[in-house]
Amino acid sequence: MIRIDGLSKKFGARTVLDHITLRIPAGQATGIVGPNGSGKTTMIKTILGLVRPDEGTVTVNGSTLNGHWDYRRDIGYMPQTGRYPENMTVRELINFIKKVRQEETADEEQLIRHFGLEKEQDKRLRVLSGGMRQKTGAVLAMMFDPKILILDEPTAGLDPSSSVRLKKLIHEEKKRGKTVLLTTHIMSEIEELADYLVLLVEGTIRYHGPMNELLDVFREERLEEAVAKMLNEEETV
Amino acid sequence: MKATTILTYQWKDLLRGRWIIGYGMVFLLFTDVLIRFGGGGPRALLSISNIMLLFIPLVSMIYGVLFLYQSREFTELLLAQPTDRKTLFWGLFGGLAVPLSLAFAGGVGLPLLYMGVLFSNGSEALMLLVLGIALTLLFTGLGFMLGLRFFDDRIRGFGFALISWLFLAVLYDGIIMAVVFLLGDYPLEKPILILSMLNPIDLARIIILLKFDISALMGYTGAVFSRFFSGAVGISISASVIMLWIGAPLWHSVNLFNKKDF
Amino acid sequence: MWAKVKCCLFLVALILPGQYTIARQIVVSQNGETGSLREAIRMAEPHDSLIIKEGHYPEHDVVIDKPLTIIGEGKVVIDGEGKGFVLIIRSDSVAIKNLEVHRSGRSFIEDYAGILVEKSSDVVLEQLTLTDNFFGIYLSAASDTQLTGNTITASGTRETSSGNGIHLWYSKNITITNNRVEGHRDGFYFEFVEDVYLTGNLSKHNLRYGLHFMFSDRCAYEHNVFQSNGAGVAVMYTKNVEIKHNHFEDNWGSASYGLLLKEINNSRIENNAFINNSIAMYVEASSRNRIYRNTFSQNGSGVKLMANSTDNTFTENNFLSNTFEVTTNSRQNFNEFNKNYWSQYEGYDLDRDGLGDIPHRPVRLFALVTERHPQALILLRSLLVGIMDAAERFIPIMTPETLVDLQPKMRQIQ
Repeated sequence: MIRIDGLSKKFGARTVLDHITLRIPAGQATGIVGPNGSGKTTMIKTILGLVRPDEGTVTVNGSTLNGHWDYRRDIGYMPQTGRYPENMTVRELINFIKKVRQEETADEEQLIRHFGLEKEQDKRLRVLSGGMRQKTGAVLAMMFDPKILILDEPTAGLDPSSSVRLKKLIHEEKKRGKTVLLTTHIMSEIEELADYLVLLVEGTIRYHGPMNELLDVFREERLEEAVAKMLNEEETV
Repeated sequence: MKATTILTYQWKDLLRGRWIIGYGMVFLLFTDVLIRFGGGGPRALLSISNIMLLFIPLVSMIYGVLFLYQSREFTELLLAQPTDRKTLFWGLFGGLAVPLSLAFAGGVGLPLLYMGVLFSNGSEALMLLVLGIALTLLFTGLGFMLGLRFFDDRIRGFGFALISWLFLAVLYDGIIMAVVFLLGDYPLEKPILILSMLNPIDLARIIILLKFDISALMGYTGAVFSRFFSGAVGISISASVIMLWIGAPLWHSVNLFNKKDF
Repeated sequence: MWAKVKCCLFLVALILPGQYTIARQIVVSQNGETGSLREAIRMAEPHDSLIIKEGHYPEHDVVIDKPLTIIGEGKVVIDGEGKGFVLIIRSDSVAIKNLEVHRSGRSFIEDYAGILVEKSSDVVLEQLTLTDNFFGIYLSAASDTQLTGNTITASGTRETSSGNGIHLWYSKNITITNNRVEGHRDGFYFEFVEDVYLTGNLSKHNLRYGLHFMFSDRCAYEHNVFQSNGAGVAVMYTKNVEIKHNHFEDNWGSASYGLLLKEINNSRIENNAFINNSIAMYVEASSRNRIYRNTFSQNGSGVKLMANSTDNTFTENNFLSNTFEVTTNSRQNFNEFNKNYWSQYEGYDLDRDGLGDIPHRPVRLFALVTERHPQALILLRSLLVGIMDAAERFIPIMTPETLVDLQPKMRQIQ
């Protein structure tokens, strides 16, 4: 479980996260949605310890983040845009991360095959397309079979068939009891993958709860419309 | 373990860039030529030290800044892994400072070794190497500090690095010169000495000067200078100043790195 | 050995003019005719020889007032025990060889010496060892005298409690060869002497000057070594001197000079080596000297040329790795530099005649700056100073315009 209590973050004068309190349940998939600049990535990076909070605490699996780093052993992270050392090949990168974590992978070869990266293994990351890098990121995130998967816009930049493959994989992971946290602005993806929904607007939580409740409340068939409705309500208030 | 993995990667990466090899080769070439044509005496070592005092601060500082910018992806990748920031910082610093030091020490040391200067003028040669390495650590640290301070503004980062170098290498001496001209009638040997020692490039230069060039320090002034530096107080103050110059920017850098949002 | 000496003496006696009878030999030893040198001298006729056997003879103020030859055999020590002079020569034609003269008196009033030669000529002092005397050998109004192969040492610590090693006063025609002086105030001190020929001597670790002379015309100094003396070598108020093939080395300190010239005129300073001195050659109020083919190597300043010196010529000298090649206190210069080799010369030789195509200016701006503000010395070898010097060399504003070598040599002169 990930507990977020009173989390605030400012970048200069801009408040990105404003006293956020949130529980992300274990063994479930939680989707974070929200307009651009609402603080989704910042929240994820705070959970990862990449961004230091101004206020509040984040607790992952019982250990509070305060310069701690060992909890990240349980996390697989796939960033929004895969920025990796450009001179490395995919294979070198995978081996390097293995060495850094001092861990063996569950089944990296199968993951590589799954994403069709076999032929790209010896190419330097510099020459890979954005999609290929994205897939490399997915392999890195999943190859240690972590308990928590944090995926920042996982399907952005992927071609439709890869996108489907990735989603399938996430689904399987969820079934195996993983905690999944993902951000996206494609609502259908949330509907497909998430059990819980967090709606983030200007650094505050507008809605947090099970997906089906939201649909019930707004008597909508589709999430996209429910979310749009909710945002409109905000504006009229 | 983790730190060595990080270091190994970075060294490989640096070597792949070839740049570091070129840096070492420049020293090798200069040293070889200077000893070959200037003899292995103190004068050749002095010429080498001139090049060292010019190159090391400039290159170490600029490359310190550049390296942080270049390592941004690498840093972000590793921070999402179970590594702590301190290990990563020292890994990054060592990843640059150690190869730079080695390139210098190898470039200067090899010719000194195969030309036999290391045996004929051992203590001078050794001092040169130690000072060069100290300056490398010092200015790489300064570069890191500036790089972290202006992490998202490369132009300013480079600008400040260049200005800092210009200040320490030339302008600071201009200030000393001005003080000497304006207040030269007062017995200012000690204050001027202290003022010079506060600048690491000047301090390194003076240490070398006193080791090799004692003949130049004529008169009362020279006597005051050389007595100060050969005494225990002088030596410990020099060492402390250099330590402080290495330590303070690094300490500040670690703090900046710890608090940084990536 | 003894037979040889006898034989020699016999020959000497034969060659000597007939008015002398064949010289007698008096042996001085603990169990010989006499055990006292003083007694032996009293007993001797002029031109006799005294043979002193190995041993320790505590005697002082021994006056030699007739022509005698005194020779030590084995280790002979005449010990003044710190009282007065040890030997005083007041006669012509005295020769003393192979003795040790030890511990004269010390005084602030009297110039006590190991050996005093007073108003005498044709004196020979040879293979003597002088240890721990106030003055070593003191010549006062002597002439036609030879000092050869003597070793003169003292362990003076203060200038006032130490005298000079070889001290010449109002003397002429003195030949001083292959002596070694250490630890005195001045190694060699000459005042009002003429025609002294100083050659092959070593003067080192003396408290003040290795060589110090004044008012001493027509002297020649050749093949001597002056090393690590407190203030180097200083020569003054003299003309027609020849200083050739000497070494001036390792003279350190705030007032230390390889060779200091003050009011030295019409002299020749040639083929000397100046190595590792604070200031190799200091030239003040000296004129018409020829400084030719000397080597100035690794000194603080090669030549410090004061503005009151004129018409000196510096030709074909080597200036190697000096911090400052030439320094001066003025923008004026009335001396000539020509065809020297300067290791700091940065010109080129397109016409390949062995002479640089652009003139060399050996006075650095920084040298002038430190002349006025010694504290600026701390900036030596800094980038700033390099830039300053380069600019000044390009467009001379502060440095003397005429102090220039128009034909700098491209190669070191052998």
